[in-house]
Amino acid sequence: MYEKIFTPEAWQQAWEVVQSEFLMGLWETFYVTVVATFFAVLLGLPLGILLVVGEKGGVLPLPKAVLSTLNIVINLLRSVPFLILMIMAFPLARLIVGTTIGTVASIVPLVIAAFPFVARLVESSLREVNPNIIEAAQSMGASPMQIITKVMLPESVPSLISNVTIAITTVLSYSAMSGIIGGGGLGKIAINYGYYRYKYLIMLLAVVLLVVLVQIFQSIGTHLATKLDKRLKNR
Amino acid sequence: MIEIKNLSKTFQTSDGNVEALKNVTLTVADGDIYGIIGMSGAGKSTLVRCINMLERPTEGQVLIDGVDMGALSQKQLREMRRNITMIFQGFNLLMQRTCLKNICFPLELAGMKKADAKKRAMELLEIVGLPDKANAYPAQLSGGQQQRIAIARALATEPKVLLCDEATSALDPKTTHSILELIKDINRKLGITVIVITHQMSVVEEICSHVAILDGGAVVEEGAVSSVFSAPQSDAAKKLVFPEGFDAPVVERFADEYRVRVVFNGADAAGTPLIARMALEKGICANIMAASTKTISGKAYGNMLLGIAGDRNDLEAAMAYLTAVEDVVAEEVDD
Repeated sequence: MYEKIFTPEAWQQAWEVVQSEFLMGLWETFYVTVVATFFAVLLGLPLGILLVVGEKGGVLPLPKAVLSTLNIVINLLRSVPFLILMIMAFPLARLIVGTTIGTVASIVPLVIAAFPFVARLVESSLREVNPNIIEAAQSMGASPMQIITKVMLPESVPSLISNVTIAITTVLSYSAMSGIIGGGGLGKIAINYGYYRYKYLIMLLAVVLLVVLVQIFQSIGTHLATKLDKRLKNR
Repeated sequence: MIEIKNLSKTFQTSDGNVEALKNVTLTVADGDIYGIIGMSGAGKSTLVRCINMLERPTEGQVLIDGVDMGALSQKQLREMRRNITMIFQGFNLLMQRTCLKNICFPLELAGMKKADAKKRAMELLEIVGLPDKANAYPAQLSGGQQQRIAIARALATEPKVLLCDEATSALDPKTTHSILELIKDINRKLGITVIVITHQMSVVEEICSHVAILDGGAVVEEGAVSSVFSAPQSDAAKKLVFPEGFDAPVVERFADEYRVRVVFNGADAAGTPLIARMALEKGICANIMAASTKTISGKAYGNMLLGIAGDRNDLEAAMAYLTAVEDVVAEEVDD
């Protein structure tokens, strides 16, 4: 399939599509990724905190039934393949945004897929906090809420940023998949031209752009995470 | 005053129950520096955590100035903890905060205004001798400096009691000494009661006035440092005070030689070379066969096994000479 990709006509066609659709596609992908990640963090961060502080011996132990239910729901959501989750989320998308097709509608399944993932990432970040530091805070009379907001979260900022970066890149690749059910963005362009119309060059160019986007997000995330980590000396 | 009454703590593990503390009763007077010493696993850390209820005792009470710590509500307990602060082996500073903000932390928890907290933190940085490290992060400091910041943080809320959990165990001897000096200084100037948890005898010798020896979760010996050290009764105490062995090793005995055990109970060791003077003044030559002595604040503690050559008269003369010295006991050993 690759031998006839780089013909002059293919380049000609591709250039036209790049000019007419790529800028919009890039914007849609960026917008969907950022908005979906934002809502995923909004839901996933408190859940991730609960997973850590709520366990037995944690800062704010929850009833065992609550914690088990939380764990099961998160695991369930995480085990449904994204393609199927998108279809299953149609009713919810219709309820929230009024439609199941389009860029905005694709944000709904993305959030549903990403927030349990974010919850697990937050959980692992918070578990990295030295338990002795938490004990020290308790010995100074910190309340559970103060331990969460003044110790656990600030102490794990570098790790949280690294993990949110992982979440962003994952949402970005999921958002490309949403092109199949009518979601917009570079993924839609790649699928429409590459899969439905055999215009592989256009597909390749869209993918290159996606790769560049991931690189940018990752570089910013890594830079911020190291810059904000005060444990690293000589910085 | 801190009163620990019949305190027991049992941990439930998968291998069954572990009794970390067994019926511990101790009283610490105000303004005292009280040492709790024991080998690893003796229950020291559990005991100190029971004082501020970081660990809930299974049985017994902890009274601080008559307040039963176990009976307080969560909120009351948090307020009480501002009066009983703690420093740790691993310093446990907040790594993402500057030193100044670390010291502000307990004040922030207590709801003090930022400007006031900052002012107080600067004063404390002066007290611990690190005013130039206000904006440094803990990772940029040495262990000793980090412990100084931790001490400043522990003093921020003007506590009545300072708990030190192996506070110098991660430090080198020189830094240990300077941190102990700082703690002693704080105790003297601010009148804060200090409880020192340690496995190092030298720490107790250097700063404590009273000591409790913990072994297998129980207090096996307790009292003034000088009395516990001069005549350790329990095996655990003997092991800690004289790690080389309390009982003199079996040494081959020469013919026509008498053996004398000399016990120092806080004799004035400075400037009195006892054995050498006995040789000069009485002409009795003693062979030091074994010795295990320690000097604690200028006083000698421990024992020594002497071989005295000569006849019965020489022995009697030696015994008379040694016994005449204050706080020295001499006895003949048969075998």
